Amino acid sequence: MSAAFSTAKFATQPFPLNTTSPRSHDKPLFDPLKIPTCSSPFLGSTGKLRLSSSSKLNLHRRSGAVVAVSDVVKEKKSKSTPNLLITKEEGLVLYEDMVLGRAFEDMCAQMYYRGKMFGFVHLYNGQEAVSTGFIKLLKKEDSVVSTYRDHVHALSKGVPAREVMSELFGKTTGCCRGQGGSMHMFSSEHNLLGGFAFIGEGIPVATGAAFSSKYRREVLKQADCDHVTLAFFGDGTCNNGQFFECLNMAALWKLPIIFVVENNLWAIGMSHLRATSDPQIYKKGPAFGMPGIHVDGMDVLKVREVAKEAIGRARRGEGPTLVECETYRFRGHSLADPDELRDPAEKAHYAARDPITALKKYMIENSLASEAELKAIDKKIDEVVEDAVEFADESPLPQRSQLLENVFADPKGFGIGPDGRYRCEDPKFTEGTAHV
Amino acid sequence: MAAIFQGVGAAAALSSSPSNSFDTKKLLCSPRRSFSARKGASFVVVRSDGSVNFDLNHKGRRAQQLITNAVATKADSSAAASSSKPGHELLLFEALREGLEEEMERDATVCVMGEDVGHYGGSYKVTKGLAEKFGDLRVLDTPIAENSFTGMGIGAAMTGLRPVVEGMNMGFLLLAFNQISNNCGMLHYTSGGQFKIPIVIRGPGGVGRQLGAEHSQRLESYFQSIPGIQMVACSTPYNAKGLMKAAIRSENPVILFEHVLLYNLKERIPDEDYICNLEEAEMVRPGEHVTILTYSRMRYHVMQAAKTLVNKGYDPEVIDIRSLKPFDLYTIGNSVKKTHRVLIVEECMRTGGIGASLTAAITENFHDYLDAPIICLSSQDVPTPYAGPLEEWTVVQPAQIVTAVEQLCQ
Repeated sequence: MSAAFSTAKFATQPFPLNTTSPRSHDKPLFDPLKIPTCSSPFLGSTGKLRLSSSSKLNLHRRSGAVVAVSDVVKEKKSKSTPNLLITKEEGLVLYEDMVLGRAFEDMCAQMYYRGKMFGFVHLYNGQEAVSTGFIKLLKKEDSVVSTYRDHVHALSKGVPAREVMSELFGKTTGCCRGQGGSMHMFSSEHNLLGGFAFIGEGIPVATGAAFSSKYRREVLKQADCDHVTLAFFGDGTCNNGQFFECLNMAALWKLPIIFVVENNLWAIGMSHLRATSDPQIYKKGPAFGMPGIHVDGMDVLKVREVAKEAIGRARRGEGPTLVECETYRFRGHSLADPDELRDPAEKAHYAARDPITALKKYMIENSLASEAELKAIDKKIDEVVEDAVEFADESPLPQRSQLLENVFADPKGFGIGPDGRYRCEDPKFTEGTAHV
Repeated sequence: MAAIFQGVGAAAALSSSPSNSFDTKKLLCSPRRSFSARKGASFVVVRSDGSVNFDLNHKGRRAQQLITNAVATKADSSAAASSSKPGHELLLFEALREGLEEEMERDATVCVMGEDVGHYGGSYKVTKGLAEKFGDLRVLDTPIAENSFTGMGIGAAMTGLRPVVEGMNMGFLLLAFNQISNNCGMLHYTSGGQFKIPIVIRGPGGVGRQLGAEHSQRLESYFQSIPGIQMVACSTPYNAKGLMKAAIRSENPVILFEHVLLYNLKERIPDEDYICNLEEAEMVRPGEHVTILTYSRMRYHVMQAAKTLVNKGYDPEVIDIRSLKPFDLYTIGNSVKKTHRVLIVEECMRTGGIGASLTAAITENFHDYLDAPIICLSSQDVPTPYAGPLEEWTVVQPAQIVTAVEQLCQ
């Protein structure tokens, strides 16, 4: 009933944001059929695809060129508007968070190649504007659900770099005591509900967290509970059933959740355009009765504007929002990915749109910060990351006694032994040497 | 499709009570629901009689036979909750509902989610009336999206609720296997103990009456190797209520197995509050000659065989292991030390089933006490056939149990 109502509302009228994206003013309802050809650079190396004529139209779905921070800057300058998108303090927070994300991930690559961490390590380089743009608007009580590419989401949410690095080193001081690893970062203190390593499986969990918020408010009568949940995932996930199922449930029950798609165009080696019948992911929002927004994910200020509106909507009980952020990863899928399929020209294009460089430029040109101030932040972050590595390196590896802890929240789950006592009371359990 | 079908079938069979049909009518805003209800009503008459033996005027001969057996053996058994005490008499599905209702009253964070658990009252009526009493959010009707609503339950559990997730049929939970395994089972561990998942996943399973392969699954074997999960199977109204309450109160994720053919078992249970121990087995019939370990519906096949065995001069000890994971090695061990002979009777698959694990555990721990090799009677490793006789040959029958005991005690 309410779902149907909102469908109608948003199908005819796009998201009521006065975003900084001129696209939404120009062509609010983008119609792929009416765009003859599109030389959007965002098509990247997938432009080389040979498709049958029937599917060609889909290739041209990317609307006008993405608008970079620099364009906004020019606009501002020409109009000489005093209204900036951020205050100095906000700008510095955003800058620091993005630099932290970048420096941390670069250090991870080094440490991986130096044999300090193992397994699959997925780095976030290039996508920082999304994590920072969204998560820095959250309260501590708000929840974040991430994917296997979760280090930077954890950092943005406030998990100390030391704990994340130590987790990657497999040490007891890691945020999950070394039991999670790169793809399973959690922090109950910061309401980071995970690191989910399989595609799409975090979205239902996020939906459940949003359900809890609603339940608290409406059943437990905690009127002040306005917590929201952010679910991050990629373009590849948007072809998975759990994505669709949860869009439906979230809209149906008007849950306080924002589905944040980090569309970096590639699911490992599968181009988004080869995998998706209608590659405009944001359009799937209205189909489920929620607004779907498309935003330049290389521009932290634009992401932040959209995020502010979507989070506000969720907090006010107005329901979920689907946000598609066009972004790009500067490295391979993981450190084990040879990254041979992506066109060097595509990579170069996005490298030139580095979100950190863009923010820096914006801040300096608008006199929000001096070069020296930003340098000082760079330096501070270098120290934070160095310290994190030192901390992780010096931290102890887990003891054998840790092995059987945390399998069950209530260790009685290990059952009753032949002697009639709970097996968890056996000293061998405490020592971690029992066979379970 | 199949899901809706069976749900409707069971409900139609269970109660054509006016209040229930009135409830459904209230939902006419949803065309799909009224369509399926209509379709069910015309179709199910044929099917429900043969398949789900809830209605009191059983037309299916075999269904009636089963109920009679179950109740009769129960009356014979000297099980814990004996009938002379004051208390109240109810059916197993009502006992489950009573346990659930009491826990929902006791703790406002307990909620139910699943297909047709709300307005419809559950395909087997375990949640009947709860939505009216507790509201639509606490008894949440979900879309048919098992993996997602199970994951949603896990997310809700991580953030402070205690959800009871119903699989309309246990088999449907195969679609939620990823959530149950990765998130339900492992997340407490991978989070370094930071997040608890106090969730109960429950539903009807087992081989029913000609429900066909997909609706007659024996899933214990599939779930048993997931770390971090406890599994219990109820078999009487008394333990159904006690296990339901214990599972809800547990900090661990618990899968509660119910059996489609046991929902209409009747028993007198205490009026006062009680819970069962999740990890303990239940002594059903003490004896001296042989230990018979069983659970869920097979308990009644065993008790039927026990009657014959007693007449033949045997004194079998029957234990309902109840906790399928972990095993109560104390109760089991004491029995083995007394009888020195073990027969396992289960409905689970032979390969990699509960019986296989139990055999391994007994051999590992009590080998020296055994006078004969363990015999394990499991159901056959075949997709459960539709045809009546084939289905019957798939699961263990009382006569096989008698033969096995005779062989063990030679």
